[in-house]
Amino acid sequence: MSTPAAVRAWESHFTLYRTIWKSNMLGAFLQPLLYLVGMGLGVGALVDRGNDAEQLLDGLTYFQFLAPGLLATTAMMVSTNEAMWPVMGGFKWMRGFHAQAATPLSPGEVAGGLALWHATKASIAVVGVAAVLAMFGETRSFGLLLAVPFGALTGVAFSAPLTAWSATRETDNSFPAINRFIIMPLFLFGGAFYPISQLPDWMEPIAELTPLWHGVELCRGAVHGRLGLGSTLVHVVYLASLALIGWLIARITFARKLAA
Amino acid sequence: MSSDTVNPLISAQHLVKRFGSFVAVGGIDVEVQRGESFGFLGPNGAGKSSTMRMIGCVSPVTEGRLRIFGLDPATDGKQIRARIGVVPQADQLDEQLTVEDNMVLYGRYFDIPRKECRRRTNELLEFVQLSDRAKSKIEPLSGGMKRRVTIARSLINEPELLLLDEPTTGLDPQARHVLWDRLYRLKQRGVTLVLTTHYMDEAEQLCDRLVVMDQGKIVAMGSPQDLIHQYSPREVLELRYSAGANEARAGELDGIGHRREVLPDRVLIYADDGEAALAEVHARGSHPESALVRRSSLEDVFLRLTGRSLAD
Repeated sequence: MSTPAAVRAWESHFTLYRTIWKSNMLGAFLQPLLYLVGMGLGVGALVDRGNDAEQLLDGLTYFQFLAPGLLATTAMMVSTNEAMWPVMGGFKWMRGFHAQAATPLSPGEVAGGLALWHATKASIAVVGVAAVLAMFGETRSFGLLLAVPFGALTGVAFSAPLTAWSATRETDNSFPAINRFIIMPLFLFGGAFYPISQLPDWMEPIAELTPLWHGVELCRGAVHGRLGLGSTLVHVVYLASLALIGWLIARITFARKLAA
Repeated sequence: MSSDTVNPLISAQHLVKRFGSFVAVGGIDVEVQRGESFGFLGPNGAGKSSTMRMIGCVSPVTEGRLRIFGLDPATDGKQIRARIGVVPQADQLDEQLTVEDNMVLYGRYFDIPRKECRRRTNELLEFVQLSDRAKSKIEPLSGGMKRRVTIARSLINEPELLLLDEPTTGLDPQARHVLWDRLYRLKQRGVTLVLTTHYMDEAEQLCDRLVVMDQGKIVAMGSPQDLIHQYSPREVLELRYSAGANEARAGELDGIGHRREVLPDRVLIYADDGEAALAEVHARGSHPESALVRRSSLEDVFLRLTGRSLAD
């Protein structure tokens, strides 16, 4: 029986990952652990002493509030980086996409294999964070099982459109700026560290439009069993639309790049 | 007629490739027969690679008609690509993976089962004399070895047609001869080879027939020997005068041989008898710093056809 083309394209990305999986997985586990101990416990001790902290955090401790957001922010960070330099490399440095396009794989299938890989990579990163969260009584819950796909979805909502865009670039000059001016602000203002109700009034609706906020809300809600059906649908549809539209555009930009 | 029996294997009529207003290939007609070894010869920018990418069904034809195995790249690209092997100008190997992994993963793109990929990999690595490197990563291999891996990889789908874009550019002479030997064996097995090169010796070694391309056009077509006979007398006398004096001294040589080319570093005199021409040069009291008689080559054909030297 034949294997779907995108899966065969994915095999290459995955095999490459297998050469670095040990160090990568260790990092996927250690990084959130250090971060949670430092921020969650350290900063948390200060925050929880505030008078109306519990009320502002909806009855959660700061650790409980912060930790699930890490599922979404980690997915965002990992996915955006996968969607920049490695995409440039596939077209320009190692030229692996060109190698694929010389075979029966179509440009759309080349893009599909990459999208599948991005979903895999985001999942691995999110599972690492979830494993850390499971170590702490305050975040240990069956909701983590639901939060993992939500985190991965957040990742592909970033990687898909960014992949489409990266495929139109001739150089990697703009990538650091993406990190600095898009990813970093989202990280800081996307509701991972504090409720966005704490932002100035005019910023709040902007924060609600960012994909990261939707991902953070989903993950936090899942871990603490506080997801309403309506809001869950809104978040999921929003993120899935970004991923789907990004992937459809990537199919086009890949076809253009590979035919040039 | 079944596509398997269609001859020619490649047929192009008035094939054009444009990028915006830039004409990369300006309307060429080419036919390649099954089992043939066919070359596109020309300097950088002649349109060779663009032609190859159209034949490889990755770059759409702008104008004209192209058929490979009797199929149309515009509609049957997948089927055509399944039956050809491609050796691109730059190796596109995954440097961090082993030779074996590179081969197997590439085979998977053709939907060849893993087990079969491994079997073919062993066989092909033996063919390119790299069996002992199967478990080595690509990165530490020499340029010649990487090229051989790329060639082995391009054969994983047992292609009927192998496209090689400048297969030996950048390799040392010994590595080039190893490659030529392997390509010659492939040809003996009945694989149709189509290659581009800007090396005359490579074209002479490998090609049954070739076209000379310049600025997107075909300027000559034939076997290497035919082309040499047609466009260049049998021998060439190469004279070197002191630096910068070649131009000035050329006048002393009027009437010797059939034709004269003055290059920055030497003067070429085309003659049926090179030694006789050299005797005449000496008889006229002209004493170049060095003189050499050699047989005409495709290099001379190219110079004759385009007025320019191939070597950059």
